[in-house]
Amino acid sequence: MRPFKYTGAQNKDQALQAFTATSHYLGGGTNLVDLMKEDVERPDQLIDINNLDYKKITSNENGGLTLGGMLSNSETANHPEVRTNYPLLSMAMLSAATAQIRNMASNGGNLLQRTRCPYFFEVSMPCNKREPGSGCGALNGMNALHAIFGYSDSCIATNPSDMCVALAAIGATVEVQQTDGSSRMIAFTDLHRLPGDRPEKDTTLMQGELITAIHLSEPEFADHYYYLKIRERSSYAFALVSVAAGLQVKSGVITKVGLAMGGVAHIPWKLTKAEAFLAGKKPTSENFEAAAALEMKDAKPFEANTYKVEMGKNAIVRALTQAYERTV
Amino acid sequence: MKEDDKFKEEVNLDKLSDDENIILDAMGLNGSNRRKFLKQVSMFSLGLYASSIFTSEIFADTMKDLPENARVLLNEVMVNLRVNKVVKPITIDSRTSLLDALRERLALTGTKKGCDHGQCGACTVIIDGKRNLSCLTLAATCEGKEITTVEGLANNGEMHPMQQAFLKHDGFQCGYCTPGQICSSVALLEEAKNGEASYVTEDLKTIKSGLTLSEEEIRERMSGNICRCGAYNNIVQAFKEVHTGNEEMPTWEFATQEQMDNAKNA
Repeated sequence: MRPFKYTGAQNKDQALQAFTATSHYLGGGTNLVDLMKEDVERPDQLIDINNLDYKKITSNENGGLTLGGMLSNSETANHPEVRTNYPLLSMAMLSAATAQIRNMASNGGNLLQRTRCPYFFEVSMPCNKREPGSGCGALNGMNALHAIFGYSDSCIATNPSDMCVALAAIGATVEVQQTDGSSRMIAFTDLHRLPGDRPEKDTTLMQGELITAIHLSEPEFADHYYYLKIRERSSYAFALVSVAAGLQVKSGVITKVGLAMGGVAHIPWKLTKAEAFLAGKKPTSENFEAAAALEMKDAKPFEANTYKVEMGKNAIVRALTQAYERTV
Repeated sequence: MKEDDKFKEEVNLDKLSDDENIILDAMGLNGSNRRKFLKQVSMFSLGLYASSIFTSEIFADTMKDLPENARVLLNEVMVNLRVNKVVKPITIDSRTSLLDALRERLALTGTKKGCDHGQCGACTVIIDGKRNLSCLTLAATCEGKEITTVEGLANNGEMHPMQQAFLKHDGFQCGYCTPGQICSSVALLEEAKNGEASYVTEDLKTIKSGLTLSEEEIRERMSGNICRCGAYNNIVQAFKEVHTGNEEMPTWEFATQEQMDNAKNA
């Protein structure tokens, strides 16, 4: 690992003041420290923000919950109000990594975790995300784990987060602290960006900005929800394909749908077409299948990941079915 | 006393050395359980068992204060590491992981370096009551935290019940992942008591404290600790015994002298 200066910040002013263009904020470190050991991330300063007071879960004015940016994933997923009112979020978060990693990982850090593309991790390989202009090794290489939606010639990597898939399905607003001391709000679906010709930028955050909170709106999917995660082993693995499904059903008709996919794009992939199709329809397997087909017809797989199209279609149907049939 | 005499007679306890008796005490095997257990093992093998136990570190907290590397440290950080209830002030390079600080500076080599990338769980330690990966934790961030390693689980020379259960159920083969498995298991006991959910928990809403974990739940919750020897069945059994408080007989037994000789001559 390359040398860096360690700065322990006791409050946000100290953190913002210490920030320089080559600094990184240090949360749980489960992704950043690993990438530093791999020589992928090379900050010359780490600003430890673990003592910052963004560790609460509170009720907000929209009838929802606000999750602190520095609260751990395990404390968030197991908070009684999150489990009761946003079980889809709990379920997705609990599917991620392991108990040890969830104890360490912060909510803000989860939103900013970087891709698991093997070309990004291997510094001897070309990767536009790691080293802009060096090319994309996965484009004509080993691309079984890569995107089928929204990629560019520069980058076909996927976002690895489970939490983000659930947040895309249920909707959220991200609050960030700017370096000038003011704060701004970002709609969750605007936080991550497609690779385009600047794949080195995962998000729309500006330099030095710090995620302090995630605001959830009023809970909508507390009864019918399911997070389906398909992976190469049944635990402790990233998703090949995942689906977060939330439904509101009144008098046998779907009144509200939240649907997003993981493992298929550079961003948590919100299934807006399927959502629009299902609203006002009956929760039948025919409708679920039609919604899945509608969404997946735009998929453009690569040589090694064509399986994701069929798998994705089936995963959408299964997640919607499990969500609808859920009794607890 | 009478009960004890009868027991001695039945299992020829006179033939056991003091060390062997200590092992059985440490494994928490008393009275009838000790009798049942001894029926399964040959006295000779128990002796072999003794030597491996007494060279391990589980009985003693061997914390030292190794001298600083003579080379000039880059980006020095001073941190007071509180490990197994002892505070040690150390000056480290900012890059030092908690794992390296434990092993290289405090000589607490019970915590193992497996992958060093957060993929195997061998380095699991307990920080402020929660299991964490020491390989991805920078030692500089640990000021004021209460760290427990496998060396800190024993109490007054008596192994933690989870350590006893791992021995009894043979929850390991090579033993490299074991300190991490045990720390992880000890923390999981608390998570179950606190009523924390997992991905395989059916009902997230009415979950209460004092959970009794199914085997599926134990396997999901222990998935962060990889065992390349594949001792999972025995690990689950060991965890279950401590978790439920129900004594379970081990599924293994020692080879007899005859079997050992046959194997040697084969």
